[in-house]
Amino acid sequence: MAQSLLLENGRIVDPSQNLDAVGSLLLVNGKVAAISPQDSEIATDAERIDARGKWILPGLVDMHVHLREPGYEEAETVATGAFAALAGGFTSIACVPNTNPPIDTQANVALIRELAARARRSNVFPICCVSKGRKGEELAELGLLFESGAVACSDDGSSVEDSELMRRALEYCKMFDKAILCHEESAPLAKGGVIHEGRVSNLLGLRGLPTSAEDIMVDRDIALAESVGARLHIMHVSSARAIDSIRSAKKRGVRVTAEVTPHHFTLTDESLRTFDPNFKMNPPLRSQEHVDACLAGLVDGTIDVIATDHAPHSAEKKQREIDVAPFGIIGLESSLPLSLETLVDSGKLTASQLVEKMALNPSRILGIPKGTLQIGADADVAVVDPELRWRFDVNELHSKSANSPYLGREMKGRAIMTIVGGEIRYRLGD
Amino acid sequence: MLYTPENWGSVPESWTRTHLLGLEDLSSEEIVLLLDLAERFRNNVLESPENKRKIPLLVGKTIANLFFENSTRTRTSFGLAGRRLGADVVDFSAGTSSMAKGETVVDTARNLHAMGVDAFVVRHSCPGAPQMIAQSFDNIAVVNAGDGAHEHPTQGLLDLLTMRRQFGRIEGLTVALVGDIAHSRVARSNIFALLKLGAKPIVCGPSTLVSPYWEDLGVRVSYSIDEILPEVDVFNLLRIQFERQVVRPFPSIREYAHLYAMDSDRLARCKNDVLILAPGPINRGVEITPEVADGSRSHILDQVTNGVAVRMAALWSTITAAERKARK
Repeated sequence: MAQSLLLENGRIVDPSQNLDAVGSLLLVNGKVAAISPQDSEIATDAERIDARGKWILPGLVDMHVHLREPGYEEAETVATGAFAALAGGFTSIACVPNTNPPIDTQANVALIRELAARARRSNVFPICCVSKGRKGEELAELGLLFESGAVACSDDGSSVEDSELMRRALEYCKMFDKAILCHEESAPLAKGGVIHEGRVSNLLGLRGLPTSAEDIMVDRDIALAESVGARLHIMHVSSARAIDSIRSAKKRGVRVTAEVTPHHFTLTDESLRTFDPNFKMNPPLRSQEHVDACLAGLVDGTIDVIATDHAPHSAEKKQREIDVAPFGIIGLESSLPLSLETLVDSGKLTASQLVEKMALNPSRILGIPKGTLQIGADADVAVVDPELRWRFDVNELHSKSANSPYLGREMKGRAIMTIVGGEIRYRLGD
Repeated sequence: MLYTPENWGSVPESWTRTHLLGLEDLSSEEIVLLLDLAERFRNNVLESPENKRKIPLLVGKTIANLFFENSTRTRTSFGLAGRRLGADVVDFSAGTSSMAKGETVVDTARNLHAMGVDAFVVRHSCPGAPQMIAQSFDNIAVVNAGDGAHEHPTQGLLDLLTMRRQFGRIEGLTVALVGDIAHSRVARSNIFALLKLGAKPIVCGPSTLVSPYWEDLGVRVSYSIDEILPEVDVFNLLRIQFERQVVRPFPSIREYAHLYAMDSDRLARCKNDVLILAPGPINRGVEITPEVADGSRSHILDQVTNGVAVRMAALWSTITAAERKARK
């Protein structure tokens, strides 16, 4: 018997078909069946959901998530991370491989896929390591890993320091049409750094992470990708100069894409004055000029993607002295409201442009058939109440960790229903 | 005159801080208040034969010295300050290795708190660690005894007290902090307080150790000690903190001493009444030559005496404020 779900009279925003209009969306047997169908097309037993005043979006896609499993299950598991994804409106997430052991074998790719299938929450797409053990010494078995289902490769957490190995990795990935997702940081320049190097680090006596550590790696990787014609994706870009480099590389036709996190376009290093480790991330929160550059990059299209770099840490590891606390914050459940408020409410981006950056573009970069509501596509949908006001409360998190600088913040806009493969897997209040 | 808690007076009601975490947060009035208290402790208690260096203002109070980083003189100075006020003082020393073992500073402080403590004096290699402790307890005084390269407020106050006793004022003084500014909590506490009180601070040292960001605060940056010698009233010669440096910021100690050490030749080019300070421990022959350190312009030991007086002021004021807050 056909399973039918009809989302009625919502604002459907789908940039993949240049659609932004009020209508109804019919989902049948896990696929998008019709947009604003005739009554005759709708099965009599279809479940009808009133979406008046709500936005009907392709399920959001986060291409940069740390799920911590295997190895750091005290902070997050595939199941809890995928649940947090649903609560944030994400139907697909891609998880980076800096687990313990790292995802550099087919067995580990299979493990992630198996854990995700069992959890039945969001879709989870594994990203494998570029180098064996993330050691930056020799290539992981990339061809086999891609065959097993890895959608891209990344040594996230650090750069591939050896330029020759990086060049070879880019060349090699080119034949699989896979992107290398790059954490851009020159290790010697960043050594011992805790927060952005600048006025605030000088006042607080904390060792700085200079923007040059990011800038020179972005420039190097652009040069390498350009020289071999390979695909490069810059993760969590945070520096104005790096964004300029990406902008001019794109103009030259280099196959480079870039992502930014919500925290890099909403917070500055001034927040660190409290020494709260929940403001410690890498790349670090930078000064206002860099925040402005991130916003400008989003507006002019230099930055293709909003990704969270969701990085859960248990309280016992994170709530430490700022020097020793690990980098990173959770982001899946705060990304959409922060982006709506900062980008759409302010008029910087249209709703459609936001959906591009939070669903369509990441899907294209990863080469996954997501981020669209075209007929026949997987019925992955987020229903969003753009007006809902709520408080980001530590007791209502779905992630296993609570390391967020936004706790207690008043938010506007939220996913109220998240549908994966035609199945309602999350409903606010359930 | 023999002083007792009855005739000594009380902490001015305008002082409400239960913590002394840094001088950046303090108003100029609060800084002057602490300097005035310290001056009284020095003149009327530490140097008064009748009082035998003691005044029992904190009898029944317990102060825990919580030192996560090695220190002898600061811990001894705080210990003496507490005892001179009649408090019980306990020392807790844990190397920074305890951080690696996983216990947080807050857990350590909670343990001591459970034993009954009224004040924590905290030294830690990480900036912000005293703040973490301060946020974790109500009505407990917390005094920062140095947090990484961030602040060392009592050192800043004792430096200012030494200057004020020499010149009768802070306002208008040109004060040069020379050397490893990047890794110096002493430099930060000095700069914040000097700016508030209208002095003209200069930071001077190799460009790898002197951030240009100081200029944003109105601090003059100089890379040449020779250029500033004739105009400076106070030189505060900071120790090169080899232990905090991740990479060596200059080619050799020999070269550093050649460029920056205060020696007799440079001293001769200074103002006649120049004041030479150093927070100690000093590296003789690196930032200061022995004949200058032990010479007539040096007030290094005067600083140490003022240190006890300043710490008496810090402990008395914060513990009193905590007590007043608890009573409300």
